[in-house]
Amino acid sequence: MESKINRYSKQLILLNSFFILAWLIISVFPFIWTFWGSFKVKADFFSRADWMFAVTGVNTLIETGDTSTVKAYVESWTEGEFWKATMNTIIITVSVVTISLFLGTLGAYALSRSTYKYTFWILIAALIFRAMPHITLVSGYLFPFFQLNVWGILPTTIIVLVAINQPFTLWLLYSFFKTVPKELDESALIDGCSYFQAFRFVIMPVMWPGVVTAGLFSMMLAYNDFTVTSLLLNQQNYTMVPKINAYLGTIEHSGNYMWAVSSVVSATAPLFMIIMFFQRQLISGLTAGAVKG
Amino acid sequence: MPHRTFFWFFFPSGLAMLLFIGLPIISSFFQSLHIEPEQILMEVEKCDPFGCKTETKVDIEATTKLQEEQPLGRFNGLGTYGDRNHLAFDEIKEAWTNSSSIAEFTDILLNLPFYKALLFTLTFCFAVTPPVVVLGFIVALSVNTITKSLKGPTIFGVILPMIVTPLIGSLVLFWMIDAKGILGSFIQFLFDDPNLSLKSSSQLTWITLIIYGIWHNTPFAFVVFYAALQTVPQDPIEAAIIDGASRYERVRHIVIPHLYPVATFIILICLMDNFRVLEPIIGFAAEGVAQSLSWMIYNDLRSENKMLFGSAGATSMLTIIGVAILLTPVLIRTWREFRTER
Repeated sequence: MESKINRYSKQLILLNSFFILAWLIISVFPFIWTFWGSFKVKADFFSRADWMFAVTGVNTLIETGDTSTVKAYVESWTEGEFWKATMNTIIITVSVVTISLFLGTLGAYALSRSTYKYTFWILIAALIFRAMPHITLVSGYLFPFFQLNVWGILPTTIIVLVAINQPFTLWLLYSFFKTVPKELDESALIDGCSYFQAFRFVIMPVMWPGVVTAGLFSMMLAYNDFTVTSLLLNQQNYTMVPKINAYLGTIEHSGNYMWAVSSVVSATAPLFMIIMFFQRQLISGLTAGAVKG
Repeated sequence: MPHRTFFWFFFPSGLAMLLFIGLPIISSFFQSLHIEPEQILMEVEKCDPFGCKTETKVDIEATTKLQEEQPLGRFNGLGTYGDRNHLAFDEIKEAWTNSSSIAEFTDILLNLPFYKALLFTLTFCFAVTPPVVVLGFIVALSVNTITKSLKGPTIFGVILPMIVTPLIGSLVLFWMIDAKGILGSFIQFLFDDPNLSLKSSSQLTWITLIIYGIWHNTPFAFVVFYAALQTVPQDPIEAAIIDGASRYERVRHIVIPHLYPVATFIILICLMDNFRVLEPIIGFAAEGVAQSLSWMIYNDLRSENKMLFGSAGATSMLTIIGVAILLTPVLIRTWREFRTER
């Protein structure tokens, strides 16, 4: 309900629109630029002569006969084996989301329904765990993983990412389950259900909004991870993000900088699509209280 | 819920956290107490037609054997913590006695790897956070006033920098800021200096990284502020309007006080998140001039043949101490919230 006196003056609306527009350009333009540039050759995207070449594609026309080219995409996906990285990312992301939601819902439900004091200490411990820089954990993994001979393979990375993700999932789902009325499952218990049955038949049907939000964050963590995947996977098993980094660093591809540019677009596009669909859940998750740490 | 049921519900999740978060910290600490075995040298007499000479060379067989016996290396106690690459006690002592002025001493101090990294990490944290809070608040206020139908797409656009992983985000900006990119050319044009590059000096690189940090973190502050703005009570605002308060006065005296707790939350999270800065340094290829604590660990672990577990472990422990210091206010806050809930 907007009262009449609270109307905005014309100048304010104008100023505001300018500001928002400027800010939108700052946040969105880099992505549009990269998307556009990924269809050019390196001489255009990183043009020594004139930055306008990246828009018009002068060198692209000379080199390929057209003002835009999908050469970088084709090469990075086939020769650069980006398809493999994409497969690995899909495997890791799907597994991490499924497992961490399975563990997280059970754990968080128990935390939200128990009245004992230790739940508080568990949540505090989870908060501390959440704050640990991932690289410090990785430095602890490497040596034991080498000794156990489990370094470099996907399952290890999946389990590690699930564990790293647990504290946040627990907090998020804990605050979600707190908003589900206790009476719901209590009445089921009185009717003779076990705790597990109450969870399965009463809570599960109503928990999906919270689960979608938690799943979205698990997905973003697994999809975006660089620290864990780059150090715990061997080169053949790299996911998208370390793969892009590898394109930049290795000498054999130094001429093929555009592989990295096109791969950045390939990796970002699906993520943006998903966020477009689940924007509301993302925002509700970020604001679910003092969670993100 | 009875203890037994609780245990079985929580067990899988708890086990995962214990094994892969709790244990690695301990393992990291254990590693930090050890140091890689030195290579065993041996004297070999090499004879050729022109005579014999003795050479020292690495006894590969003995070294491999030693490595197999003690894969973690030999016990070194807290030695790694004090060496040149970490707290560098000896070097500091020496610098303290030898340097004539405080300026000279700080200069030597800040050239030691650990202190250099610490300086960058802290500078990054404390330079990024204030602008993030201010900008996030302004953007939130601004988005809050636009037409409802435009809000969804606008919010989507604003949060994009936060969604992409820092490595990709920094690469995308780096390619524009690069001397051959669009922004780089623009800056050269602006200062009329065709050789100006943001990589030319360490200050400029630091500024670039900080600008990236602001770009990446502002959406988070925006989202939290935006959500909090929806909870600002309308009655005091209406009362203020009737009393003739201007828009600025309303924001200053009603909205901002309402958002104080949210702002402290954002500041703490921002400090903690930026303390682990690593990917932007890689993305901007700024390793030469800007190292962070996380980068030091990453660098120790990067090479596949010779990983410095001891050194990485020690830096990890020191980083964790830093995180713990930053985390204390968050913990106190959570503690208080729980107290009031019960």
